[in-house]
Amino acid sequence: MELATPQAQSPSGPVAPPPTPRGPAKGAVEGSATWRLSDRIGLAICWALGLLFCAIAAGIVAYLFIQGIKFLRPSMLVTPATSGFTEAQSGGFSDAFLGTLIVGAMGISIALPVGVGVAVWLVEYGRPAALARITESTIEAIAGIPSIVLALFGTVIFSSTALAFLSRTSEGVVFGRSFFAASAMLSLVALPLIVASTREGLNAIPQHVREASYGVGKTKIATTRRILLPTARPQVATGAVLGLGRIIGDTAIVLVLLGATQNLEPTGGPFPIDYLRGAGTTLTNFVYETSPTGNLNQPQKAYAAAFVLLLMVLGLNAAADVIHRRARKAGTWSH
Amino acid sequence: MESLTTPPPIRRLPLEGPEPATQVVAPPRDPGNGNGAASPAPGGFTAARRSIGAPQFSIRRMEIDDVHVSYAEREAVKGVSLPVRQGEVLALIGPSGCGKTTLLRSLNRLTELTRTATMRGRILLDDVDIRQIEPTALRRRVTMVFQQPNPFPMSVFDNIAYVLREQGSRRQRKRALEPKVHSALERAGLFEEVKDNLNHPALRLSGGQQQRLCIARALAAEPEVLLLDEPCSALDPQSTQVIEDLIVKLRDDVAVVIVTHNLQQAYRIADHVAFMYLGALVEYNSATSLFGSPREPRTQEYVSGAFG
Repeated sequence: MELATPQAQSPSGPVAPPPTPRGPAKGAVEGSATWRLSDRIGLAICWALGLLFCAIAAGIVAYLFIQGIKFLRPSMLVTPATSGFTEAQSGGFSDAFLGTLIVGAMGISIALPVGVGVAVWLVEYGRPAALARITESTIEAIAGIPSIVLALFGTVIFSSTALAFLSRTSEGVVFGRSFFAASAMLSLVALPLIVASTREGLNAIPQHVREASYGVGKTKIATTRRILLPTARPQVATGAVLGLGRIIGDTAIVLVLLGATQNLEPTGGPFPIDYLRGAGTTLTNFVYETSPTGNLNQPQKAYAAAFVLLLMVLGLNAAADVIHRRARKAGTWSH
Repeated sequence: MESLTTPPPIRRLPLEGPEPATQVVAPPRDPGNGNGAASPAPGGFTAARRSIGAPQFSIRRMEIDDVHVSYAEREAVKGVSLPVRQGEVLALIGPSGCGKTTLLRSLNRLTELTRTATMRGRILLDDVDIRQIEPTALRRRVTMVFQQPNPFPMSVFDNIAYVLREQGSRRQRKRALEPKVHSALERAGLFEEVKDNLNHPALRLSGGQQQRLCIARALAAEPEVLLLDEPCSALDPQSTQVIEDLIVKLRDDVAVVIVTHNLQQAYRIADHVAFMYLGALVEYNSATSLFGSPREPRTQEYVSGAFG
């Protein structure tokens, strides 16, 4: 957290020897002491808000770390939840942990190809222009829709008989809740991030680089595959990582579309399909249910699970950061 | 979503003021110093020419016949006719917005990437109308080097190999492509400098090396015509000199068309020069005549720096 103050100005490059000082000493460095009072108050508020923000973030992380380390036992990650009245009796949250991995993997494997495809179409083709504009605003709209609304919409879609094969059916009623249903809707949460990030990457490539590829007889599709997408890979990866963070952090969709359970509940079908068609849970859902508001009310478990979730999200953000920094180190063109 | 189409060029009226990018008048030097190649020109074009005398031979490769190019309603090129010959360097000069880059881009149908662009007239490549040739095939025969060095973000080797790999064919082995990659780099005078780091990223090369890599890339397709769009404008004088020497060397194997803002450069390397103004071809002549004794008053004014 570095707030730029006027004192922080450092001359870049070689500097001519300072002329004989005129007026107040200390050369050319401007201090806020000469500012108007209102500006100085404004600067002070900026400082204070920055520090406050840091303090809040640090507080949350520190508190969860302390609580997490206190309550988290490694066995919790391999023990499924069982019904029990006390924290000691109720097992761990291995199913929730697995569920988070499953929705993350499934959600991103839907959102990534779709998102990259949409972004490539928008940036490289984008015709007819009206359709491109509509697509753009649709993506923005999806980004703005609260996930609980997406979840509600998901129940309508996945309870239809046409999609009965994606979840459990009992007595002719389609349950409509499964990993398929939840992942499909969760992919929409990640989609806008991936589209935006990929577009940013593609737009950063100067036009003359594309033309250089066409200029040696390459088609648009070959140029996109061999030049543009590899160049935009860091941004695509950043988008995917941030999107993944959003997916595993989402609660509402899981709550509505994955079933009210703390275990994986496979339904009929061959091995992986039976689990994916069945109901399940994720860490966010587990934290919600075990928090004092939830049905289970076992706050120690909630802290332990929240700690695991936090570590995952922090890890993803760090990964996005590393990708970003590495991409900046590689050379680029002048526009 | 206009990013794939070329934005319509921003054009300034050339008479609005002098163009800072255009180098107009060289400091007058002793006229006898010009290597004896040219009669001293009024604009002070006494620098040594790199291509001395008439070319040894010349083969007509392209024929530009009454070409008009318009962007939407605006006509950027108005009825230009020119021959493009192998064995000589043809330079297109003129103030900004005179249509020289548009003309260059229409030679391999790159103008078609601009949706609003339309072309009338005929351009023949070895007596075949280029509109009869599939664009990707045409662009392998008429390749282009751009103003900004733009190697692809991959290794030096892969930059050339990318061009050699034919569309849709199976990816060839690296070993099989090696001789061709080496020869392309050699023709661009880059091989000695990069032979030990062919696997290094091309974007780590210096600007001049990057531009020569782009020339190597353009040569790798074994084109008949090489188009250069102000290839030295982003480079330092030393790299510029290396590339100018290279261009003169290349003219025996490939017809070279260069757009340049730099009159000195046109004088140094071109055998024939076409001066364009407001979309029209004003004068086409050998470099010595065009700079030494221009026929048209417009040309006279331009080469002597009266406007830019």
